[in-house]
Amino acid sequence: MLKVSLVIVGGGPAGMSAAVAAYKAGVKDILILEREAHLGGILRQCIHNGFGLHKFGEELTGPEYAARYAEQVKELGIPYKVGTMVTKITPDKEITAINSTDGIMHIKADAIILAMGCRERPKGALNIAGSRPSGIYTAGTAQKYVNIKGYMPGKEVVILGSGDIGLIMARRMTLEGAKVKAVCELMPYSGGLARNIEQCLNDFGIPLLLSHTVVQIHGKDRVTGVTIAKVDEQRRPIKETEQYIACDTLLLSCGLLPENELTKGAGIDIDRITGGAVTDQNRQTSVPGVFACGNVLHVHDLVDYVSDEAEIAGCAAADYIAGIESERVDISVRPVNGVRYTVPQRITSAQDTVVYFRVSDVFRDKKIVVRCAENVISSKKKIKLAPGEMETVKLDAKVLAGIGTGEISIGLED
Amino acid sequence: MANIREMTCIICPRGCQLTVEYEGKNVLSVKGNACKRGNDYAVAECTCPTRTLTTTVMTESGEVVAVKSNKAIPKELLFDAMKQINALRVSDSVRQGDVVVANILDTGADIIVTSYIE
Amino acid sequence: MFDVCIIGAGVVGAMCARALSAYKLNICVVERANDVCTGASRANSAIVHAGFDAKPGTLKARFNVAGSKMMEQVCRELGVKYVRNGSLVLGYGDEDKATLEELYERGVKNGVEGLAVLDREGVLALEPNVTEEVTCALWAPTGAIVSPFGLCDAGLGNAMDNGAQFIRNFEVERIESADGVYTLYAGDQKVEARFVVNAAGLYSDKIAAMVGDESFDVHPRRGEYMVLDKAYTPSLTSYTLFSTPTPKGKGILVTATTGGNVMLGPTAVDMTDKEDLDTTAEGTASIREQSARYIKGIPFGGVITSFTGLRAVGSTGDFIIHASAPGFITFGGIESPGLTSAPALGEYCVELLGNEGLVLEKKENWNPIRKPSGWYRKLDDDQKNEVIAKEPAYGNMVCRCEEVTEGEIVYAIRTNPGARDVDGVKRRTRSGMGRCQGGFCSSIVVEILSRELGIPYEQVTKSGGGSIINYGRTKGGKDNA
Repeated sequence: MLKVSLVIVGGGPAGMSAAVAAYKAGVKDILILEREAHLGGILRQCIHNGFGLHKFGEELTGPEYAARYAEQVKELGIPYKVGTMVTKITPDKEITAINSTDGIMHIKADAIILAMGCRERPKGALNIAGSRPSGIYTAGTAQKYVNIKGYMPGKEVVILGSGDIGLIMARRMTLEGAKVKAVCELMPYSGGLARNIEQCLNDFGIPLLLSHTVVQIHGKDRVTGVTIAKVDEQRRPIKETEQYIACDTLLLSCGLLPENELTKGAGIDIDRITGGAVTDQNRQTSVPGVFACGNVLHVHDLVDYVSDEAEIAGCAAADYIAGIESERVDISVRPVNGVRYTVPQRITSAQDTVVYFRVSDVFRDKKIVVRCAENVISSKKKIKLAPGEMETVKLDAKVLAGIGTGEISIGLED
Repeated sequence: MANIREMTCIICPRGCQLTVEYEGKNVLSVKGNACKRGNDYAVAECTCPTRTLTTTVMTESGEVVAVKSNKAIPKELLFDAMKQINALRVSDSVRQGDVVVANILDTGADIIVTSYIE
Repeated sequence: MFDVCIIGAGVVGAMCARALSAYKLNICVVERANDVCTGASRANSAIVHAGFDAKPGTLKARFNVAGSKMMEQVCRELGVKYVRNGSLVLGYGDEDKATLEELYERGVKNGVEGLAVLDREGVLALEPNVTEEVTCALWAPTGAIVSPFGLCDAGLGNAMDNGAQFIRNFEVERIESADGVYTLYAGDQKVEARFVVNAAGLYSDKIAAMVGDESFDVHPRRGEYMVLDKAYTPSLTSYTLFSTPTPKGKGILVTATTGGNVMLGPTAVDMTDKEDLDTTAEGTASIREQSARYIKGIPFGGVITSFTGLRAVGSTGDFIIHASAPGFITFGGIESPGLTSAPALGEYCVELLGNEGLVLEKKENWNPIRKPSGWYRKLDDDQKNEVIAKEPAYGNMVCRCEEVTEGEIVYAIRTNPGARDVDGVKRRTRSGMGRCQGGFCSSIVVEILSRELGIPYEQVTKSGGGSIINYGRTKGGKDNA
């Protein structure tokens, strides 16, 4: 059996950033396993710009952002295998992987970083009534056809869901000559970034229909149209508002799901809300020596934050391998009052820690308040909060050391 | 007479909500921006809105590679630029950063390759 | 000129073709769709019924019991997934118990083995997940599940391996008969045969009428189904659960499938349109409501897909099997238990054609065995590595959710009858059937189909006909240049 200090599952932005960070922190025996034929992950098809402002101070496209890290991986000589699919991880850190040159491999790792990313919510899960013709794609699948393969998956398009990929594809397909007739969003607010609504929909006069859904798909061989309807406050379609839109394509942008089948197989605890592992501030999971970062842990809206998180995991994995431990505390972080989840969910060492979180609804003029029992640890004002935009709070090392053992809550207050 | 326009800044993912007071093509004030670039964006939006174009171009062997305009071009020229880019066939040996169209439509922007080709 | 032409590549057509392929005959199967198993055979409960349901003396009872007894061996020969998981008809109170006793008696009369009426404790001992309301059940240990697509695909594939021909996209529009020869027309194509087997499912009445047989009708009855994510299967149930039939109908079932999922359905709504495969909000709601009475804690959030099938319901209430014209055998109204009966119907088809004057001479070299389509998946790691060393495509994972390799997809395209579209690959390999529903792999499957079939990328379809996936290149084409 092959033995490797650190195996990184996934060669996308999270996996590459983690590898570079771990290498710089002293781990030289690394192996990145990537299932696609190239490093870069989903960024290879995200040809739009808007990446890297936080990390590099300039606006890059997805492939350019990925290249910054791929170049580093190559320059540092970090070993990687592409076209390699990990099929199993055991709790004692044995990995099974397969590719066409090595066949089925068994690898024993001292530490593992999970960086498998996420997938899109598929059509079946949405249970839309009607026929099952061709012409129904997730936005990411359409993005791959257009940007990687160079084919047009549709000419007249309706998009269900206003996630960022859906918005980006509305613009992309419009530029390539398609007519995007509407974007329907079940919720009364968009799941995408405000800038994407502006530059992807408003720029091209594409209507965003909030509180609307697709109730029926029409067409035998290929989609010929969809029936949409407004929904009430319980998100139930209102029959009288039904309208038919002729189209040949329905794109779905209805949310991303962390891809954690391997994680579950390894017996790692999963957070019911994020769909990712429960981790500490180092992004270490419930199985010691197994770390998780990027969209496999929780869905991010900015790749820059994925890189930040991956660096944390990479450095922590290096410490783990070197046997370095820091001052121990035992603090659980609890989301309350409008906060849906936090990452990390627990804190095990007294160090400056950034907690990422998302809110459950659109809020205005609220304070983000961190409390320990009744004491307010920190409070900051926020004019607007939305589920589509990830928020952060910083926790000070000294405060954490002071708490020692206990629970802190993060919530919104007036 | 002064007019008020609300807009979302698209310069960075923060997406500031801007309130712009303008008269004709003269911007009198910008509020709500968290940085100077928000001010510049608001002024440009009211005078000559521009966008970075990202798309693909076909190579001689029929693959597509990703490209972008290396600076924003006037919004109204996006489709004309697409037309020009779509008609191109570029060499299979292009690499990231290569210019495939210089000074597209006299905008001063070049169309450069963004795909990372190993 | 063929000796026999079979119309329809559903499970009846496939089993007839296989049975006939054992004889020195020139056989073809014509099919209006782009693949086998696209009609009633495609979307049903995938159950091998034990045989207690059908009224003694009917064709349904006769072929159900006969088919059920043949099924295991047929599946073994064809390498098709078959699991004798046993079925339970759940009862809720004394009235149901009386009905179950009747079913028991009927089953014994039909020759079904091992039946037993269980009390509540007996049911719970077998399936602890049933709801509190369940008071009794009829246990049928010979109840089984099978892959309907597997049976069609392997049955026709085996017939083809033994010399039969398969003609796709051949929708019979007209049949002429002269001098003991039938000529079947479809568009500008035609096929000539001395004998014809009408196994056209929902359209068997229309085909029969083409040779003057207007003695019966077939109408569609809609059945909607929901499929749950595999992750929920082991904990939910491994059995096939029915509820006690009432005058209102048989109700839905909750069943394990050979694919490892749990399936809920079908609804039963009489229709007129034979092409309407829509799922409906009402159907989904009805399935949810009914299935919740069977088993506790069904995770409806884990539904990965829903679909609709149309049963071919005959106007006589029984299977309609007769010669519509000399040398022209019709199988009409083959609804449930049609899948179970199919192997026996295949044998019967041979007998009926013999009666009609077809000379039957056995082939000495007939091979009933087909390599299981899932052979690669059954190998251990060392054996897989040997395969990968010879054919690296078996190391290239295309579908991540169901772990399907490029090698398996190529095999599915190259092996009789062969996948010709994305759905065809999906049904043979499960590629795209998992929790992401093809989000990642479909574009790669399109590429492999394009390469293997030697057709342009944009001509690859989802399921034949006009079900195109892409409209051509984004740029560089004549339109853009």
